[in-house]
Amino acid sequence: MKWEIVVGLETHAQLSTASKIFSGASTAFGAAPNTQASAVDIALPGVLPVLNRGAVERAIRFGLAVGATINRHSVFARKNYFYPDLPKGYQISQYELPIVEKGALSVMVGDSEKTIRITRAHLEEDAGKSLHEDFHGMSGIDLNRAGTPLLEIVSEPDMRSAAEAVAYAKALHSLVRWIGICDGNMQEGSFRCDANVSVRPQGSDKLGTRCEIKNLNSFRFLEHAIEFEARRQIELLEDGGTVIQETRLYDPDKNETRAMRSKEDAMDYRYFPDPDLPPLEVPEEWISEITSNLIAIGTPKIKQNEYIQDYGLTKHEAALVIQSPETANYFEIATKQLAKLNPAKWSDSGSYDANVMYGGAIARGITGLLAAQLNREDLDISQSKVTPEQFAMIHARMVDNTLSAKLAREVFQALWENPASGIDVIDTIITNRGLKQLSNNSELEKIVDQVLAANPKSVEEFRAGKGKAFNALVGEVMKATQGKANPTQVNELLRKKLGA
Amino acid sequence: MLNFTIRQLGAELAARRVSSVEVARYFLQRAATLGKTLNAFITLDEEKTLAQARAADRRIAAGEAGPLTGVPVAHKDIFCAKGWRTTCGSKMLANFTAPYDAHVIGRFNAAGAVPLGKTNMDEFAMGSSNETSFYGPVKNPWNTETVPGGSSGGSAVAIAARLAPAATGTDTGGSIRQPAALSGVCGLKPTYGVCSRYGMIAFASSLDQAGPFARTAEDLALLLNAMAGFDARDSTSLERPPEDYTRDLARSIKGLRVGLPREFFAAGIAPDVARTIERAIAEFRKLGCEPVEVSLPNMKLSVPVYYVLAPAEASSNLSRFDGVRYGYRAPEYTDLLDMYKKTRAQGFGAEVKRRILIGTYVLSHGYYDAYYLKAQKLRRLIANDFIAAFRECDVILGPTSPTTAFKIGEKAADPVQMYLSDIYTIAVNLAGLPGMSIPCGFDSGGLPVGLQIIGDYFGEAKMLNVAHQYQQAADWHMRMPPGVEE
Repeated sequence: MKWEIVVGLETHAQLSTASKIFSGASTAFGAAPNTQASAVDIALPGVLPVLNRGAVERAIRFGLAVGATINRHSVFARKNYFYPDLPKGYQISQYELPIVEKGALSVMVGDSEKTIRITRAHLEEDAGKSLHEDFHGMSGIDLNRAGTPLLEIVSEPDMRSAAEAVAYAKALHSLVRWIGICDGNMQEGSFRCDANVSVRPQGSDKLGTRCEIKNLNSFRFLEHAIEFEARRQIELLEDGGTVIQETRLYDPDKNETRAMRSKEDAMDYRYFPDPDLPPLEVPEEWISEITSNLIAIGTPKIKQNEYIQDYGLTKHEAALVIQSPETANYFEIATKQLAKLNPAKWSDSGSYDANVMYGGAIARGITGLLAAQLNREDLDISQSKVTPEQFAMIHARMVDNTLSAKLAREVFQALWENPASGIDVIDTIITNRGLKQLSNNSELEKIVDQVLAANPKSVEEFRAGKGKAFNALVGEVMKATQGKANPTQVNELLRKKLGA
Repeated sequence: MLNFTIRQLGAELAARRVSSVEVARYFLQRAATLGKTLNAFITLDEEKTLAQARAADRRIAAGEAGPLTGVPVAHKDIFCAKGWRTTCGSKMLANFTAPYDAHVIGRFNAAGAVPLGKTNMDEFAMGSSNETSFYGPVKNPWNTETVPGGSSGGSAVAIAARLAPAATGTDTGGSIRQPAALSGVCGLKPTYGVCSRYGMIAFASSLDQAGPFARTAEDLALLLNAMAGFDARDSTSLERPPEDYTRDLARSIKGLRVGLPREFFAAGIAPDVARTIERAIAEFRKLGCEPVEVSLPNMKLSVPVYYVLAPAEASSNLSRFDGVRYGYRAPEYTDLLDMYKKTRAQGFGAEVKRRILIGTYVLSHGYYDAYYLKAQKLRRLIANDFIAAFRECDVILGPTSPTTAFKIGEKAADPVQMYLSDIYTIAVNLAGLPGMSIPCGFDSGGLPVGLQIIGDYFGEAKMLNVAHQYQQAADWHMRMPPGVEE
């Protein structure tokens, strides 16, 4: 039996307003417990909520960025339940009429592009924090977080693997930071994902019973949790059991999901429109204003088009570069720097626009060499040991034929292992390690002749039609020159000599 | 001093013929003695009151007196007042000292009024007789075996027994107007949104409104001037240009169309009440008003609609009383759930629990559409009836309550009977309209009868005009309960 995994994500993004969604208390992280909770946040008798305009503006900004419908009329609703970190005994949220509906996010999964639909996004307030350690059988309640504005973003169950879910989560994480609505700090809890996971026989169009997985503080946990949960459900079904709809917690130490003690699925929240808040009416002029601001800030899509138009990238290359604001920034700095260094006009671009000439090369370098290095060390591009200016310099030396691609990789590696500042260090490395490409034709010719003489078997095989033999000969030339021979010239010389 | 109106008292204070401190001492003494007998107050604090009185005297001496400077005002114990115990008539908040002032309290303080204490009320404003208070029932000074009405019973009695010249109350389904009627005083509920609800402990958010009690319409207008106005801390507070509610008092009401809803004069009203109301209407004819018959066909739905919506909102508003952060917490419990259960079982009285249960039920999955949603739709119809009626008339007149004051204990055992006391007042809250009650006579047992005046949206000045003109022609509002004099 072949199984299909179906995943939907619910993401809570803390909006970057200075004060809370319904009170004027500060949202700054790290304050002493209960020092940032006003009368409204503590739910004293008689207090009332007042909506924070900045939270609404950020929600609209998000909706516009994902091409969603901004509901001109939306309603705040009370979600009623009892817990000590929920002072009012209800959470103010949005239920039937959220502010944002029906958007989509384009996501790169490896090298292919997938569109994940966003069902809705709504505004709500965060609860406080419950701390169960350090209090000897009691729980500590810190209400600093109570009332922080959240945007709850709900995706359609469009993801079909843990990898897709992670790609979506990363793209969403990048977007909210890009458009400046959320700082995305997962350690501080600014960006939290819950995964809804179910399985079904491949080819079926009916959804299986889903479980909600909570406590996923990193993309890594998200990935492992989904994989574990999918396996658990498949094994359960293959053994003839049924999946119970429940909420499960992910345990990163044991790499497993566990059912939460309370029967969450039985909760009736008794939603009703909050009578303390009038319906949220969003005027057209405000939406226009936010749209203009968004264009000024730039969204990934806007940048993607810009890179295609003005930097000569293909749609695919641009899609990879816009995966985070930091990557895009690195790309722009490096490309502009390379244009400034202007080593030569590359003949294959056919354009005199510097950015167009060098954009593609930089993009490919970032998504290839740099990405591989970052992945190996589990680093973010903002932690790159090679700066964009240095990256540009390495490319400049490739353009002017000082370095071959292989040698450039060596220079990059050398710099990564011994980070230094400034771009002059690249030439220093080339000189100190003798990594300059061997491009002297007469010298090369001599070596080629030597290799041909020393490898008569390969020559014979090549003449007999074995293409692979050519590569072997190229390899021998490379070996003889410690990898420094200019590959283009080696190719040309070999072909000439072999009469190919 | 006993019978000075606010206007008269204000004049005496401004002319410095009497000091605020003297006035405050006078009423404090009455509150502590007669007030105690009638159980009108939950909290009196001589020190705080006199401190405010001294401050008022300083302002008067500096020539900065306003119409309310130095005037004692008794506040329903539903308003948070900074540094004052604020109980809302409940055991749940018996130990709660409010750390901030309600907007309304703040406005009175700014006007230089002197807080005379916190008046008794039905627990969490749920009641029509002031019998559900954890602090014991309030007694009607006209007959101490009867109820004063509720939920603002203490404030109504403070006025009736001359324990204070002014008082505040709140009205969700009639809780100012009905006790005003049963206690023989004047009480007004403004249009929804005119007074800020910030700091007013919430019962039913879409229905609650603060309002004044006094002995004359003019005094109500002076109090409303202080209380009304936009507050950014209340999202349901209306931003409108400020009004002087005294501006139309002296206007002639000749030719004014007074609407008489046929549903207000159908069965269910006590005969004495019906007679007294009819006599009052005849008085209005004499003043040149034009009676117009109107109809409010959906009025009969008001009590059921109200008893779905108000408990629903209350069940959610009262969730915060859980023993975690303030207020009562059960002394013994085994775990969190047990703490919640015991705290709320012990802290809340029976009527409050009843309404929380009803409210939870009508909001629950499977019942929401049939009850809550349906009630909201019917609420719109009830409001539409008034909108249509006000095309034909300027104000609506009728009884405030179907009966005069009933005996303590008489209806307490039958909640539905109790709920029906509000049959004429509830629709006004559902529609968000302003309404008031003024004395218009007595029944054969000497108990007061109240006349209800209902205005169109923002029609407070017109209602007060009508009431004031009536009070120039008839003097029911000047009568005093027996034994109150000394």
